[in-house]
Amino acid sequence: MKKGFFRILMVVLCISVLAVGCGKKNQVELNVYNWGDYIDESVLQEFEKKYNIKINYDTFTTNEDMYVKVKAGGSHYDILIPSDYMIKRMIDEGMLEKLDMSNIPNYKYIDSKFKNLEYDPNNEYSVPYMWGTVGILYNKKMVSEKPTSWKVLWDKKYAKQILMMDSQRDSIGITLKMLGYSLNSKNPDELEQAKQALIEQKPLVLAYVVDEVKDKMIAGEAALAVVWSGDAVYCIRENPDLDYVIPEEGSNLWFDAIVIPKGTQHKKEAEMFINFLCETDIAYRNADYIGYSSPHTEAVKRLPKEITSSRHAYPQEEDLKKCEVFVDLGSILKEFDRIWTEVKSH
Amino acid sequence: MVKYFLKRGYLFLLYAFLYAPIIVLAFYSFNSSRSRGTWDGFSLKWYIQMFQDRQILTSLYYSLVIGIISSVVATIIGTMAAFGINNMKTLPRTTVMNLTYLPVLNPDIVTGISFMLLFIFIRLKLGFITLLLSHITFNIPYVILSVLPRIKQLDKNMYEAALDLGATPAVAFRKVVLPEIMPGVITGLLLAFTLSLDDFVISFFNTGSGVSTLSITIYSMARRGINPKINALSTLMFVSILTLLVIINLMMSRQKNSKEKESKEVL
Amino acid sequence: MKKTWAAYPYIFWIIIFTIVPMGLLIYFSITVKTPTGTIISMDNFRRFTEPIYLKVLARSLTLAAISTVCCLLLGYPAALFLSSRDLRHKNTMVLLMVLPMWMNFLLRTYAWLTLLERKGLINTLLGKIGIPPLNLLYNDFAVVLGMVYNFLPFMVLPIYSVLSKIDHSLIEAAEDLGADPLRTFLKVRLPLSLPGVMSGITMVFMPAVTTFVISRLLGGGQYTLIGNLIEQQFLTVGDWNFGSAISLMMMLIILIGMGFTSRYEKEQEGGGLW
Repeated sequence: MKKGFFRILMVVLCISVLAVGCGKKNQVELNVYNWGDYIDESVLQEFEKKYNIKINYDTFTTNEDMYVKVKAGGSHYDILIPSDYMIKRMIDEGMLEKLDMSNIPNYKYIDSKFKNLEYDPNNEYSVPYMWGTVGILYNKKMVSEKPTSWKVLWDKKYAKQILMMDSQRDSIGITLKMLGYSLNSKNPDELEQAKQALIEQKPLVLAYVVDEVKDKMIAGEAALAVVWSGDAVYCIRENPDLDYVIPEEGSNLWFDAIVIPKGTQHKKEAEMFINFLCETDIAYRNADYIGYSSPHTEAVKRLPKEITSSRHAYPQEEDLKKCEVFVDLGSILKEFDRIWTEVKSH
Repeated sequence: MVKYFLKRGYLFLLYAFLYAPIIVLAFYSFNSSRSRGTWDGFSLKWYIQMFQDRQILTSLYYSLVIGIISSVVATIIGTMAAFGINNMKTLPRTTVMNLTYLPVLNPDIVTGISFMLLFIFIRLKLGFITLLLSHITFNIPYVILSVLPRIKQLDKNMYEAALDLGATPAVAFRKVVLPEIMPGVITGLLLAFTLSLDDFVISFFNTGSGVSTLSITIYSMARRGINPKINALSTLMFVSILTLLVIINLMMSRQKNSKEKESKEVL
Repeated sequence: MKKTWAAYPYIFWIIIFTIVPMGLLIYFSITVKTPTGTIISMDNFRRFTEPIYLKVLARSLTLAAISTVCCLLLGYPAALFLSSRDLRHKNTMVLLMVLPMWMNFLLRTYAWLTLLERKGLINTLLGKIGIPPLNLLYNDFAVVLGMVYNFLPFMVLPIYSVLSKIDHSLIEAAEDLGADPLRTFLKVRLPLSLPGVMSGITMVFMPAVTTFVISRLLGGGQYTLIGNLIEQQFLTVGDWNFGSAISLMMMLIILIGMGFTSRYEKEQEGGGLW
């Protein structure tokens, strides 16, 4: 009986070792690190089938999480999709590979107004993936008047019905906006005021979330939430009681772009993947599935009218007048870390 | 009599507290609606979706592979170590035993982080290998702690008697020593396997791209809000654990019965 | 014939996977990164003594203590009843107590998410009897509930195993000498069960202090416990030095606490789960 037990065990062990070994034929593996819920996953399988490349797909919740993980080493990613200011920081720290645009012919479809932006002036390192804004998603049944200002998030009327974003740059940024400052402020006084405001707001907050926000807002668990525009589009599609607004103080306009980190073993395959994501059909499917705004000219043409004419997903010039793009703050970032740690620990 | 019912009532309430959430999850896993407030009729669609979810299936596969390999390797190293430790002089033995207790007593998060520091320090790519190494490491102490008492109880004379009767050390070990310590080894193995399956914190810090255990997948899904696929998964896991325990119990009682019969026949 | 070679692979293993990592943890905790390089400094520990972090520590200890007390209050009677001799199906009952522990603890925590939401089952049921929805999720209550739910069996089992080993003749003797049930309990059962209580307390308190998952899922990211602080330092902020210092402090607290209770535990064997 005992011998039998051991024999079975050894067999199982051998099989499992073999199975692990088999998984590693000579297939190239691409490690992709993207935001949670930020791609139509069937696209990945299509790429795998088409090019016989295996994709290991991982997700992160904030730029900072992604940066820390990549910086620490230990993980070897071939594709990252960070936001503007983080791309700038990574370029400055020499963490990114220059792209060979001749391998990415579909780059021509990207709208020229998304090229050569401040974070990557000569467009050597990144290919735009999606863009959008930060704003307030609110439930019309629970909020009587249409919110116009960030101050609504400090309104005691909505105590314990507010979801804040668990992302330091975004949460501190909108607080600075609420106070009438730039969201790229480096002024210690202004930052201190923002910290106090966030601490003051804390008792009113139901939770600090990133990915849960969609589920919570669709289910009607909270009245107000700070969200990225694409998540808002997705939620409104699922629950028509919801609406999205960019507050009048202005907000953050952001661009997420695809980059290749230094140290990749598969630069060519990674560029193939970037090119694949820029194919019209694929870009259209991603934009349609996740709800964010695409910089891809052909894909946008294919999207239904009610999306492209919606000011949530494709805001007009006037909506963006007061919006700012995050810039890399360099050494002052430590201060942001500290403020956020203190707010969350309070 | 009243007292008896009071006791039963109290236990009943406590079990209700322990099992109600699991039962509610199981109930909702058959709800065709995604929402939690309403019941929209019976449906198996979440189970179907679960079995089509690549992430869940690969992480289940990794959980099992890592659980099996790490528990077997830990059992081999741990059992050997237990023999060696048993033969040590007092000072080295206390030192080694204290170091053995360290990962058991240390908070998981500290253990996990210290492994991560090590792997990054020696530039080992975080992934399957690091996950496996960390699981083996936290499993070994439990094996040692369950094998060591058995070794201490061993009757040395038996082994020596076997040698005197002409058995080679290997045969004597296999025929005399091994059967005696086997229950401890098996307990250690099972314990290691369960701990490996259940671990989240240590795996969370030591996994890399493309490799994820069931616990990590559940955590990342739960952070995204309620997902009926998780309900289906928990129901299945609970049912399989229940079945496994019932089978083990039946096997053990049957073994006991047959042993009793044997001993009666001998008499 | 004292052969110790069999332990060599393990000793090798310990050196690489226990001693070196601990060394690295200590190294990181006593250094800080400056633009000019890494220097040795006690700044990380000094930072930990700032009021805000001490508050986090205090909150972690308080919540863990509350959970431990709840577990003890709920668990002791359960262990007592389980060990009583007139209980039928005793083995099944004990097995039922262990069974939830076999389920992945993330799933057990997740289960409460569904129950406690504003539109969750409990509030729906309360709504049926006319009570307006309560905020059950994302507060101290939810975190403590999650801890108690997850760790209760760790309290019941050690106490049960000690209680069921008590020589019944002791209790009979007390009864023969005229002690009433309460006195028998206070003078015989309770003192004899203390080792089990001590190991139960350790087994609940320890994981409760260090958890970051329960507070993250049920506390909604706003109830920072010391575990969350560590996680944040390593995964979001990237300050390994401060993170290592907090880890080291936590480890010391736990080990000192363990040293304190182990005196009781040594007196009884097998009171733990293994």
